[in-house]
Amino acid sequence: MRWVLALCLLLLLSTLARSEEVVLGLSDNQVSIDTSFTGSQILIFGAVKRETPIRTDSPLHVVITVQGPKQRVTVRRKSRWFGIWINTDAVVADAAPSFYAVATTAPLDEVLTQTEDLRRKISINRAIRSVGAPDTIKDASNFTDAIIRIRQNEKLYQEMEGSVKLDQQTLFRTAISMPSDLTEGEYLVRIFLTRDGEIVSNYDAAIDVRKVGLERWLFALSREQPAIYGLMALVIAIAAGWGASAAFRKLRNW
Amino acid sequence: MQIYLPIAEVSVNAFLILGLGGMVGLLSGMFGIGGGFLMTPLLFFIGIPPAVAVATGANQIVASSFSGVMTHFHKRTVDLKMGCVLLAGGLIGVAVGMVIFNYLKSLGQVDLLVQLFYVVFLGTVGILMFAESINAYRKSRRIGANPPARRRQRNWVHVWPFKMRFRTSGLYISAIPPMLVGFAVGVLAAIMGVGGGFIMVPAMIYILGMPTKVVVGTSLFQIIFVAAFTTLLHAITNYTVDVVLAVLLLLGGVIGAQFGTQVAVRLKAEVLRVLLAGLVVMVCGKLALDLLIEPRELYSLATAEKD
Repeated sequence: MRWVLALCLLLLLSTLARSEEVVLGLSDNQVSIDTSFTGSQILIFGAVKRETPIRTDSPLHVVITVQGPKQRVTVRRKSRWFGIWINTDAVVADAAPSFYAVATTAPLDEVLTQTEDLRRKISINRAIRSVGAPDTIKDASNFTDAIIRIRQNEKLYQEMEGSVKLDQQTLFRTAISMPSDLTEGEYLVRIFLTRDGEIVSNYDAAIDVRKVGLERWLFALSREQPAIYGLMALVIAIAAGWGASAAFRKLRNW
Repeated sequence: MQIYLPIAEVSVNAFLILGLGGMVGLLSGMFGIGGGFLMTPLLFFIGIPPAVAVATGANQIVASSFSGVMTHFHKRTVDLKMGCVLLAGGLIGVAVGMVIFNYLKSLGQVDLLVQLFYVVFLGTVGILMFAESINAYRKSRRIGANPPARRRQRNWVHVWPFKMRFRTSGLYISAIPPMLVGFAVGVLAAIMGVGGGFIMVPAMIYILGMPTKVVVGTSLFQIIFVAAFTTLLHAITNYTVDVVLAVLLLLGGVIGAQFGTQVAVRLKAEVLRVLLAGLVVMVCGKLALDLLIEPRELYSLATAEKD
């Protein structure tokens, strides 16, 4: 009898733990890169659905990440060699996202434990899978730091602590701005609800970033028919050169 | 007006690019250079990825050279025969240069090589030309209008076999030196993403002894083909030619080149050489400083698509 009760309690607890769920909205689920593309702002908003009253013992937090396609990145370091600065060391990070933004309701170390971060790869540091450094390089972490530093300067990596607004523990929203030099592909949006640093619920969605129209056509042509693309570039160049010279001669004789 | 470039994958101001093309085109028309040695570093500077800048620069050079050479054809200042001999060497040079370029890219040293090439070649050529042209300019002012007759000297270019007569240039020399000059310039063109005019022009004047008036048109003539070949190779092997960027650059470039040719006709040859030499030395100095001064960011990233 006692163990039946224990099981019931356990079931109840687990349903309690699952009782908060995310209902999500995105301002766009597709970003189109056309000729006039100058970057994009994505509005991510949603609500926490629950069947039980709001727990008051610890506050609810929301963590939102947006992650671009992963790439292999070679990081090179310069050092002085006979008076000039040249690339001497290289480390390959085998999967670094081309874009990564993490937005939270409060500082990241308050809303998330180290273990959860490690498991779900949420903070920028964890999102980059490093690195097969050769034995000659002792300070591989400097190379990972360099990726983060350089990409943060280019606004490709963003850490926005406290930028998620959470109203009455139920409605949340944030805006993520994406720079103009985006890589094409599927961008993964992840939303985590946490209490006491533990993840109580999560939800995934995707944003499709695609070149469209002329951009799409030119890009595809350059990859699939490079010879024709190259010839087209030359024809345009020669036509422009000829046209300008002919036009100017007419203008002068006129 | 912002425009997104499909291959470079960055967004740029269209008017900035037009202006850049125009400025380089002006110099191109004036000096008979493709202008690549200015264009490529300038494109880096506004944030175009280096590989795209090199390849697209070559495409733009085709347009501005073509526009310039048309004008020279009408003035009959192109030595077609000499151009073809130079070109034969040039195309072989481009193919060889491309192999070297892609090998060094895999080692991660291509930036260094390109910069070293720029510094060494621009430095040597610029300083030599500057000294010589200042001398020539002084002499021409002291004596009056008549420049010294220095074309009748005989040196090794007259002694080697396979002699050919180049009527437009008024030369009777071996075909081997022009071939070698063409080859060297071709290698440089592929590695540095330039037409190689800044090497070609002095080589034609000082090694081959061609008259300055013919040099510009002939140099432009052979640059068209070398740059076209470079563009094609980059498009096929590296997918780095950005047509949208090229169109913007060359719209500015062809117009600039037309004005440049007009300016060149009105200036004295010695003055033209002093100006070109000064420009070459300046660009070289800037690049040398970049190598010598500790860079603000020691690390650089190169990405490859993950499949």
